[in-house]
Amino acid sequence: MTTTPVSNIRIAGLGGMGIIKSSQILASVLFEAGHDVKKAEVHGMSQRGGSVASDIRFGTEVLSPMIPEGETDYLLVLTEEELVLYRTALRPGGILIGPSLFEKTVLPNKKSLNIAMLGALSHYLSIPNETWTAHILSSFPEKLQAVNLEAFKLGLHAVK
Amino acid sequence: MAERRLMSGNEAVALGALDAGCARGTGYPGTPSTEILENFDAIGGNAEWAPNEKVAAEVALGVAFAGVYALTTMKHVGLNVAADVLFTAAYSGVSGALVFAVADDPGLASSQNEQDTRRLGIAAGVPVIEPSDAQEAYDFTRLAFTLSARWHIPVILRLTTRVCHTTAIVTPSDHKVAPPPAHFVRDIPGRVMIPGHARIKHRELRAKLNEIREWCETDGPNRIIPGSSTGIVSSGVAYLHAREAAPAASFLKLGMSHPLPMRLILSFLKDKTERFVIEENDPYLVEQIRAAGGDVPWNPEPYRMGELTVDRVRRILARDLTPELPPPRGKPPRLCTGCPHGYVFEIFKKHDAIVAGDIGCYTLAALPPLSAMDSQICMGASIGVGLGLRHVLPESEARRVVSVIGDSTFMHSGLTGIAEMVYNPPPTGHVVVVLDNLTTAMTGQQEHPATGRRLNHEPTTRVRIEDVVTALGVPNVLVFDPVRQIAEFETALLKALKSPELTVLVARQPCLLAAGRIRAYEQAAGKGGGQ
Ligand SMILES: Cc1ncc(C[n+]2csc(CCOP(=O)(O)OP(=O)(O)O)c2C)c(N)n1
Ligand code: SF4
Repeated sequence: MTTTPVSNIRIAGLGGMGIIKSSQILASVLFEAGHDVKKAEVHGMSQRGGSVASDIRFGTEVLSPMIPEGETDYLLVLTEEELVLYRTALRPGGILIGPSLFEKTVLPNKKSLNIAMLGALSHYLSIPNETWTAHILSSFPEKLQAVNLEAFKLGLHAVK
Repeated sequence: MAERRLMSGNEAVALGALDAGCARGTGYPGTPSTEILENFDAIGGNAEWAPNEKVAAEVALGVAFAGVYALTTMKHVGLNVAADVLFTAAYSGVSGALVFAVADDPGLASSQNEQDTRRLGIAAGVPVIEPSDAQEAYDFTRLAFTLSARWHIPVILRLTTRVCHTTAIVTPSDHKVAPPPAHFVRDIPGRVMIPGHARIKHRELRAKLNEIREWCETDGPNRIIPGSSTGIVSSGVAYLHAREAAPAASFLKLGMSHPLPMRLILSFLKDKTERFVIEENDPYLVEQIRAAGGDVPWNPEPYRMGELTVDRVRRILARDLTPELPPPRGKPPRLCTGCPHGYVFEIFKKHDAIVAGDIGCYTLAALPPLSAMDSQICMGASIGVGLGLRHVLPESEARRVVSVIGDSTFMHSGLTGIAEMVYNPPPTGHVVVVLDNLTTAMTGQQEHPATGRRLNHEPTTRVRIEDVVTALGVPNVLVFDPVRQIAEFETALLKALKSPELTVLVARQPCLLAAGRIRAYEQAAGKGGGQ
């Protein structure tokens, strides 16, 4: 039996930063693009500002829901202080998307950093823009849609 | 064909139950099982939070006695509370179907121990089914109902954190069943478990288990994946880690952990040159297989602790005994800034109280900077443990002992503690503080009997904690707002500690994260925010 290549994305930060939200959007976008997808996260006590991480794996067939050590292809870390935790997570040549990427970018709303990070990630994944837009729209109430679409675009430009 | 959808394991269990025709789901919240009933309600199922898991299981048993399908959900430690129901419901059996969805927490993401539910399945003598992912969570929920109905026996659906909380693609079945009408058929020898009846029912139970074992050997939810001469027996999410760690190996993937298809297991292992058992939590399969004469190695002790991962399975397979690096420890959770619980614990700390604690958000007060809780064992233990300390400690120490318990925990298992307190009062009296934040905050803000709202947040009769403890015979019962009346609370606490009488202080102020929603529910109910 041959193993099929699986791509691994980890989104990490602190409770309240929208880790779960952005990983949901990412998983549904990947599902719609026709991939097998698994998304694993530890729920429970995340309301109180503790560390939160979500693993999203996709490919032809995903087995374990958790990314093995050193096999993360894309690491999205929303806060500088959490970076140390994931030092050994990234695969050699893997892509780190950290908060420093957005130092020069003024986000329309600080709370949309999670979506800006998805924008940056979208540069590396071949998924049509309309798919991203549709899933961002359906994930937010109307008054937050424009802000998040804008954050997504800024994120994409930050890596382009 | 039904549409493929992304869903979590817990959502899949809820949908599986709905599609199987489950008439009612009962349970008590507990990570990682909580979202099963919340989803069951959201998709149109009939769901309730019971005061605790024992009552939830009893209600579900009644539903199943009425000839229809019942689901009861809980975390692993919840089954300890409901065990009394399970062990004898195994004898009585059911006329409809009864599924216990029980979620284990290997690695203790949010629990007080790492117990393994498969052991309770074997002890009670009920089938245990173990899904690996969300698709199996759906399929095996349906299978659990089918087996329960076919053999008239309660069935445990054993889940773990990664099965409950992993989202994956699920194709639900097109075959959906509506709940049939319930109907009472008298069966006194079958349901009144006096010794004369129970002796017969115990024999029946063992006969059923033998039949189920035979079914499991040939038709059970077990699969062989052919491969190399390395043979791996596995179950649950551990199977997925193992497949990834050893893609070339042969696998026996067990979907049923009790009764085990031992002939199948031994014949699978027979011609393998290398043999492994990869399982999460206790060495349950290893013990059973070795007892049956199978030649499988014990895995090194550390691997029964914590979650398995692909990396850890690789180490087991490589017989790597070098010390494991501890996984990186993130920022631990703490009480939200401004949490009402914090005010109360500041007072305990200031007066060096000996705090017999309980489980909930407030347990975080045991950690620095507060470090103001001295014990936490299981739900409700604060009252009994506090009383035990009071009975034997020298008077000067006994007078410092306080029991502290949350509102949801109080409804779960605090009432009998209060009965004990008034029945066997310590000579120095006692003080119980109920932290009433008007919700079950720890598990994500569920309702309970003292919130006055049901699972779906619709209003119902509210149990008033201060009235209940008064009715039980506690002479001093006072209610405070711990934020605005903290000085008054402090004065009352000090007075109560000096007095040989019994006192219950209720500190009532909504959880910060729940306050907005509570207000909205109250407005919707037209109450305008009264207590
Ligand atoms: C037998 C059992 N069932 C469920 C749980 C999970 N659990 C722990 S504490 C708790 C309730 C917490 O609510 P409450 O006492 O109101 O305290 P809060 O979190 O609101 O401060 C629950 C559901 C458990 N640990 N043990
Ligand atoms: S969630 Fe509520 S009860 Fe828990 S720490 Fe925060 S404010 Fe306190």
